[in-house]
Amino acid sequence: MTERGRKALLLAPAGIWLLVMLALPLLVVFVFSFGERGAAGGYVPAFTLEQYANLPARWTAFKNTLILAPLGTIAALVIAYPLAYFLAVRCSPKWRTSLLILVIVPFWTSILIRSYAWIFILGGRGLPALLESIGIDDIRLINTPFAVLVGIVYGYLPLMVFPIFVSLDKLDKRLLEASADLGSTPWRTFRQVTLPLSVPGIATGCMLVFILLMGEFLIPAILGGGKVFFVGNALVDLFLQSRNWAYGSAVAMTLVVVMLVTVSIYMKFISRLGGQRQDVSLM
Amino acid sequence: MSFDMSVTMQTIAELRGVTKTFGNVVAAKDLNLSIGKGEFLSFLGPSGCGKTTALRMLAGFEKPTEGQVLLDGEVVNDLDAHHRPVNMVFQHYALFPHLSVFDNIAYGLRQQRPHVDKQTIATKVEQALETVRLGGFGPRRIWEMSGGQQQRVALARAIVNEPKLLLLDEPMAALDRKLRKEMQFELQNLQRQLGITFVLVTHDQEEALSMSDRICVMEGGSIVQVGSPRELYDMPRSRYVAGFVGTSNFFDATVTDSAADQITVRLASGQKVHGTPEIPIDAGQEVCVSIRPEQITLTRALPTAEIALPVTIQNRIFLGEHTEYLARNEALGDFHVLVPRQAELNEGTFNAGEQAFVSWGEGALLILEN
Ligand SMILES: Nc1ncnc2c1ncn2[C@@H]1O[C@H](COP(=O)(O)OP(=O)(O)O)[C@@H](O)[C@H]1O
Ligand SMILES: [Mg+2]
Repeated sequence: MTERGRKALLLAPAGIWLLVMLALPLLVVFVFSFGERGAAGGYVPAFTLEQYANLPARWTAFKNTLILAPLGTIAALVIAYPLAYFLAVRCSPKWRTSLLILVIVPFWTSILIRSYAWIFILGGRGLPALLESIGIDDIRLINTPFAVLVGIVYGYLPLMVFPIFVSLDKLDKRLLEASADLGSTPWRTFRQVTLPLSVPGIATGCMLVFILLMGEFLIPAILGGGKVFFVGNALVDLFLQSRNWAYGSAVAMTLVVVMLVTVSIYMKFISRLGGQRQDVSLM
Repeated sequence: MSFDMSVTMQTIAELRGVTKTFGNVVAAKDLNLSIGKGEFLSFLGPSGCGKTTALRMLAGFEKPTEGQVLLDGEVVNDLDAHHRPVNMVFQHYALFPHLSVFDNIAYGLRQQRPHVDKQTIATKVEQALETVRLGGFGPRRIWEMSGGQQQRVALARAIVNEPKLLLLDEPMAALDRKLRKEMQFELQNLQRQLGITFVLVTHDQEEALSMSDRICVMEGGSIVQVGSPRELYDMPRSRYVAGFVGTSNFFDATVTDSAADQITVRLASGQKVHGTPEIPIDAGQEVCVSIRPEQITLTRALPTAEIALPVTIQNRIFLGEHTEYLARNEALGDFHVLVPRQAELNEGTFNAGEQAFVSWGEGALLILEN
């Protein structure tokens, strides 16, 4: 077999998968988004821009997504980095494996159940009751953007911890000694060596979490109580409840475009941060 | 160049009864050593004997379990590495992969407070690059440099800070043989030119012998002998040192007489040999005698020397300026003999199976502790 043939064979399964499961559905959605809703719901072929004209009606969902997804990503990063740093650099190897397992343990239960648990924590008889007992009254947590933020950070934290952990674990610890040897204080060593060399992990983690958050619907549905909803929730509503496939398709297409734009801006920013390094892996 | 610590040199660093343990591994045991200003000192010993640990205690990466580390007369046990006027060239260089060659070298200068101004940094870095013969390589990325070049960058990154002590941990272990030879010369020149005190760690005796003013031979965490290369070669204190510094022939012997300044030992072949060992040895003790291959004379006729032993030639290896023979004596065993080219011209070459005699001049045979 030729070199080309072998390469083609390696790429074939993924290629076919992407074609059938991604490109074709996307094309269908694209076509649908110019159609109309049938009398009993579903899709009637047409060519109209009406669905796109109606987008402003779903502006809140876009706004919530575009605020909470980046905010959630940043919050996850802020919490995950010190944890990953501790695990990779400071923790004795004896404890590392057990602690790493603890980070994934939540994945052993469904996110649905774990999010329900947060209803009780953030609900009236949970944290607010506790706060009331120390004199802080009238705090409502459940069904607020804050509750959704807590939920998504909680749910996606491991996805942020792992890539950062890997990049910090790979980091040659002798570089830290070399830095100290050259007169750098621990804090400056962190800023000048550790942080720049963990940029690939940060980039991967943020990308992973951000993209998944843009499509999230479960956590807002449970912890937002219908008051804080994402584009994902709008799609669930449009496709499954009101059966307005054409409008749903227009919303979905818009989300795809928004995502492409934000991700490419983000990539530009990251590659500038990483300088012209060859080995900055973004994904 | 002989190096007399006591007279000429001011001490720049000192280990006083330094012991370092990791759990129940004793990595360094009661090290006592003065390092003179401007000297080139090597720690020599096999892998795992504690060389790196000794170096890391000087750098400040490890704290002695017992004893004191002194720099410039002050105890620095509790001084962190980043506060010590000492720089290290790491075993695998540990260059910063995200920085250019220039930024790697400038790293140390940029940590100084008060800040060093940009112009000064640029000048010093360029100068350091010139010193290690890498002028113009500043903008390069680390991964674009070959192993030998990376080594020079590591060197430049250290010397640009003008440290009081430059520590080098097996700096040439990753280089090929030819490059290593070149670097040995360069390092030595550099040390003379800069006047910085160099402390080198190596397991390669040739490296230590060719570059150092003094060598500190280590075994199992302890210092076994410190001296100039010549002293160690000519007057090793033990079989271990004689075997590690150069090569030698060793034979077992028993002490028959022990006086204050002279002892007599009997070889397995029956001959008696006199000598003055470095350490007092009692009669009846088992010792070993050592004789260097190049100090043995190989002749066809019975020589007039005090001791001459009959041997059978086993093997001959042509080494260019020398020929190495393996010669077997019935009672003592194998002798390695190095015959210089000049002597070969007189005596002719010996062939395997030929009978000959080995003999040596007075003082060539050393009596050593086992
Ligand atoms: N950080 C450490 N933890 C545990 N043992 C160590 C550590 N560093 C060195 N050792 C042990 O100390 C001994 C001396 O090591 P080292 O100084 O690296 O030797 P060398 O440089 O001569 O090869 C070895 O037995 C090594 O295993
Ligand atoms: Mg070592």
